[in-house]
Amino acid sequence: MDILIYVDYENEVISDVTFELIGEAKRLIGESNSKIYALIIGNNLSEFAKELTYYDLENIFVYENKEFEFYREDIYSTLFEDCIKKINPSIVLIPGTDIGKSIAPVIATRFNTGLTADCTQLFIDEKFNLIQIRPAFGGNIMAQIITPDCRPQFTTIRPKIMEKAKMSKFEKNNIEKVSTNNLNLKSAIEILEVFKIEKKENILESKILIVAGNGFKYKEDLFLLNELAELLEAKICSSRALVEKHWMPNELQIGLSGKSVSPEIIITFGVSGSVQFRAGMEKSKKIIAINNNIDADIFQIAHVPICGNLYEIIPLLIKNIKEGCF
Amino acid sequence: MNIAVCIKQVPASNEIKMNSETGFLMRESGGTKINPYDLEVIEVALQLKEKFFGNITVITMGPPSAKDVIYFAYSMGVERGILLSDPKFAGADTYSTAYTLNKCIEELKGFDIVFCGEQTTDGDTGQVGPSLAEHLGIPHLTKVVCIEDVLKDTLIATQELGNKKVKIEIKLPCVIILKNNTYNPRLPSLKLKLYAKKKEVEIINYSKLEKNLDINKIGFKGSPTKVQKIFLPKKTHKKDMLSGDPSVLSKIIAEELRGDK
Repeated sequence: MDILIYVDYENEVISDVTFELIGEAKRLIGESNSKIYALIIGNNLSEFAKELTYYDLENIFVYENKEFEFYREDIYSTLFEDCIKKINPSIVLIPGTDIGKSIAPVIATRFNTGLTADCTQLFIDEKFNLIQIRPAFGGNIMAQIITPDCRPQFTTIRPKIMEKAKMSKFEKNNIEKVSTNNLNLKSAIEILEVFKIEKKENILESKILIVAGNGFKYKEDLFLLNELAELLEAKICSSRALVEKHWMPNELQIGLSGKSVSPEIIITFGVSGSVQFRAGMEKSKKIIAINNNIDADIFQIAHVPICGNLYEIIPLLIKNIKEGCF
Repeated sequence: MNIAVCIKQVPASNEIKMNSETGFLMRESGGTKINPYDLEVIEVALQLKEKFFGNITVITMGPPSAKDVIYFAYSMGVERGILLSDPKFAGADTYSTAYTLNKCIEELKGFDIVFCGEQTTDGDTGQVGPSLAEHLGIPHLTKVVCIEDVLKDTLIATQELGNKKVKIEIKLPCVIILKNNTYNPRLPSLKLKLYAKKKEVEIINYSKLEKNLDINKIGFKGSPTKVQKIFLPKKTHKKDMLSGDPSVLSKIIAEELRGDK
C-alpha cells in the first residue's frame, strides 16, 4: 500500500501542504511496512530535495531540467506518469494547489482511475481501500468515497487541512535523479512571460480576520466593516456567498474552495458556516461568530457564539473599541 | 472559430435536504439554476465570437430538465445547445462525466476551443475540465484570467497559478478553464429570453454515441469512484449561546478581542 506524494513549492520554499501530505501519509501507513515516496518536478531542485531527505521517505524522485522550470501540464503529466509507473503506488496524494488541481485530473484520467477532490479526512479500510471523506453541495453534505476497483487511488487535499509531518534529525540518502532521455517531452504549451503577482491582501498572514457573510443585505453595507478592520488591524474576507454575488473578490474567499486560514482570531458576521467554509477556518485559535439565526452551523465550532443582529452589533462594537474597552 | 462551452445545471441553493431515513438527497426540493461559474465562461465565448467570428455550442449533461440551462445560454446570445442525456449516463463521477462529454465533443467535431468553468457549486471538484482535456488528448490551461488573442493555430492567454501570472501560447484545439470572477457576465436580453424557449435543443443520447462509446466508462457503473454513503456534517456540542441586548453583546466581543491582543 505504497503512497506517492506530489511535492508543491512556491516562493522558493516547499509549500507547507507538502509536509501536511507527508504527515497524513505517515498516519495512514502507521506501523505497516508500506513506503512513502515523493515526486518533485522543476529546475534547480537540489535544496528542496535535500530538505525532503529529513522526512524519512523511501525515495525522492527528482525530475530536474531547465525545461521544467515552469508548470506545463503536458510535460509535467508525462513525468508524473513516468514516476507512477516506476513504483505502482496504491495511493497518490496531490496538494490542492493551483498546479495540483490542474495536473491531478489529467494524471488520474490517464490511469483510468478515480480522483477525489479536497478530502478532509482519509482512512484505510480492511480491504486496503482508501476511504475519502469530502464535503459537497457547498459543504451541506459529506460524502464518503472509495475507488474500489482501480489503482492508484488519487486524492487532492487543500492546504491547512492535515497535520504537518515532523522533520527527523537524520538525513536519508534517498534522492533519485531521474533521467528523462527516453520520454517524449514535446509540449503544446509555450511560456511567453512570467510575472510575480503582488499579493494585495494576504489574508493568510493576518492575525485577526473579519469575515463577511450572507447576512449582509446590501453590498454597500460591507463598509460597516472597514472601520472595525482598521481599529483591529484586521483583514476583511468573505464567505463564498458574497463572492458568488460578486460583492467580494475571489482572493478573499475563505473555505475549501477558497483559502484555508488559521489566524489568532476570526470574527464572522452573518456567516452561516457550511462545512466547506468551516473546513477552511476551523483551526483558527479563537472563533467569534455573530449570526441572527440560532441554528446557524457556524455556532457548532464558535468559541464565542453570539446570536444577534450584525447591524446593531457592529456600530456598538466600534464604539466600545474606540472608548477603550479594547 | 468553433467554440464549445460546457455548462451544468446545479441546485439553486446549497441548503440541500437529506431524507435522514433513506439517506437520499432531496435534490429537486429547492429548484435549479445554471452553475454561476459558467456564466462568465459563456461571456468570454461570446466576446471571442464578437471579435473573431465563429460559432458557439453549449453542451450540458444531465436529466431532460437540464434543458433550462441551455435556454439560459440562448438568452445570453448563444446559438446552439446540446443536451447529453440518457439514463445510462446518470450517476457519473468526474471521470465518466468527462469521458461522456469527450465522446460528445468528438461526435460533434471541429471545435477549436472548449471552455469550462472553474468548478460547479454542487460537486465543487473542478476536475471535469482537465479530465476532459486528457480524454480528448489535447492540452488545457486552468485559472485563465484573460484570452489575449486567437491566432491561426494557437491562442494566447494569461493564467494565474499560485503567486505567478503566466502568459502562454497554447496550440489549438485546447481546453480553457477560466478562473472564477474574471469576466463580468452580461445579463440575458429580454428579447432573446422570449425567443430562447422556441429554439431547439439538440438531444444526444446513448444510442447516438454508441458506436464509439465504451459502456464500461459511462454512468454510475463506469465511474471509478463510488460514493459509499453521504451524511450530514457532525453537529458538535454548542457552547453557551450568547444573545440579548446588543450593547452587552458588543462589550463581550470587545473583551474577547482584547483578551488575545
